[in-house]
Amino acid sequence: MGSTTLVVAPVRLAGGSWRDDARTVRVVWNRELIRFRRNRIRIVTSLAQPILFLFVLGTGLSSLVGTSRSSGIDYRTFVFPGVLTMTVLFTATFSAVSVVWDREFGFLREMLVAPARRGAIIVGKAVGGATVATMQGCIMLALAGLVHIPYSVPLFVTLILEMALAAFMLTAFGLMLASGIQQVESFQVVIQFFVMPMFFLAGALFPLSGLPTWLTILTRLDPLAYAVDPMRRAVFLAVGVPPAAMHTLVPGISWFGWRVPTGLEVTIVAVLGVVLLLLASRRFAKTE
Amino acid sequence: MGQIREASAGPGSGVIVAHGLRRSYGDVEAVRGVDLEVQVGETFGFLGPNGAGKTTTISILCTLLTPTSGSAEVAGFDVVSQRLEVRRRIGLVFQEPTLDEYLTAEENLRFHAELYGVPKPEIAPRVEQVMRMVGLWERRSNVVSTFSGGMKRRLEIARGLLHSPRVLFLDEPTVGLDPQTRAHIWDYIEELKAREAVTIFLTTHYMDEAEHCDRIAIIDDGLIAALDTPDALKASVGNDRVEIRTADDAAAIAALAERFGLEASVSEGAVRVYVPHGAEFIPRLFADLGVPILSVNVAAPTLDDVFMTYTGRTIRDAEASATERLGASAFMRRRRR
Repeated sequence: MGSTTLVVAPVRLAGGSWRDDARTVRVVWNRELIRFRRNRIRIVTSLAQPILFLFVLGTGLSSLVGTSRSSGIDYRTFVFPGVLTMTVLFTATFSAVSVVWDREFGFLREMLVAPARRGAIIVGKAVGGATVATMQGCIMLALAGLVHIPYSVPLFVTLILEMALAAFMLTAFGLMLASGIQQVESFQVVIQFFVMPMFFLAGALFPLSGLPTWLTILTRLDPLAYAVDPMRRAVFLAVGVPPAAMHTLVPGISWFGWRVPTGLEVTIVAVLGVVLLLLASRRFAKTE
Repeated sequence: MGQIREASAGPGSGVIVAHGLRRSYGDVEAVRGVDLEVQVGETFGFLGPNGAGKTTTISILCTLLTPTSGSAEVAGFDVVSQRLEVRRRIGLVFQEPTLDEYLTAEENLRFHAELYGVPKPEIAPRVEQVMRMVGLWERRSNVVSTFSGGMKRRLEIARGLLHSPRVLFLDEPTVGLDPQTRAHIWDYIEELKAREAVTIFLTTHYMDEAEHCDRIAIIDDGLIAALDTPDALKASVGNDRVEIRTADDAAAIAALAERFGLEASVSEGAVRVYVPHGAEFIPRLFADLGVPILSVNVAAPTLDDVFMTYTGRTIRDAEASATERLGASAFMRRRRR
């Protein structure tokens, strides 16, 4: 050892910790956006499936269903909010897989060894995933005119906010599952187990009225149903649907005969999102 | 939130201090009581075979593992109770890459700088400074997946320095790289030693790399077997290494014991003994051994010999047995699950 005194570079002391947390969230969020922008193939391929549902399945089924009796509502108009939800659902759960990817490719370690709280990291992931999913949803939303939905500002604002909320809840759900999983393959198996049932039971493809009791119960348990219903209601109000058709096509979700108001539906999705995020961050905090 | 310039400690105070570190995984005790003190500005090497407990010790010092018992302080903070404080002051380069391959080199560094809270105006100049140091500034806008293994490692070293850590931990900084790239990595490490006031704590199982260190701890089987400067360690061995190839190794070993009173070992196909003056020993060997000698090699002690002297085996043999031991325990862990 020499006897000279060494100059040590500046070191920050612990600052106000909420500032550190906010910075962590922003950095992690920003990385998700960069990765999304860079992966153009992902943007295109993840739109393929919703477009297939809307135009191929939608057009095919509309000839079977017939332009809905009295109302004159195109099946594709009916299914459009469901397809938006589908876009958000697929993108959000796919975003959650990034935690597992990060673990497999080692980058998770870079984040875990940083002087940052794990809760803040997972919040950054959730906000990032939700933003990406909402952006994908917005691309689909641009196709609204093709299925006779007017480009009205209040409608679009409503739909974007509702998509963002659903995206947040679904990303949190995906992260909750992903936090405990080590391999990408296992995550894909687990997520497949949830995604399609959630999609089918949400009333994305058919109205939630006149269903057998067992199916009615299952649809009430699907959190996604509470996201689809307000979106379809908004679309139908904007299109201007006769009350009778409104009643059959957007019956709303009822619990034991009581119709759940839209405000409560939205609250359910939001609260569930927060609860899932808390669970995710608790699981994540335990990982080595 | 102030930013202060911490007074640097003078020589003699440890920037890393560990007392009685132990860590077990199930029934296997990977680290069995490690004591050490690393001085400010020192390059300290942790030398040992794979499975000797190097990575476990470094992980404890980096706050990634909690010791089963014992305590350690890094930059004046406890590695268990003051984790975040320790983490702000250390840089880490792991054995496995931890870069985001979809981001550019610069984006990876910016992510790190912001995550560690480097003040905004300092980020750009500091990123440029560390990237130039490892010779990657021209490649800053390239996505990391286009980088070679050596470039990735250099980028990780640059990243580890970005937030001006007090201690830079390098866990096997050259593992998996070709010899030429390994030499380059060492050039960069030497340069950063000259430029940055940083203490370096590194692990390696390459003997030649340990020579770059100011002091070395030899770790075997979870314990420190020796700790000193490379020269002092080599001097402590004193003896030259004489390796002979013979027609009959067993007879040669017996003859060495009987006629010269030397304890010989077989390593890598040669019979090996340690004697004070190797060159003068050779004529006597030929005269008195009584077993035909095919070839002779005399060498001044190296760290390999130091390892041999303190642990009774070569690093390669130690590695083989450690792999066996840890492999078996990993198998048992899997079965228990």
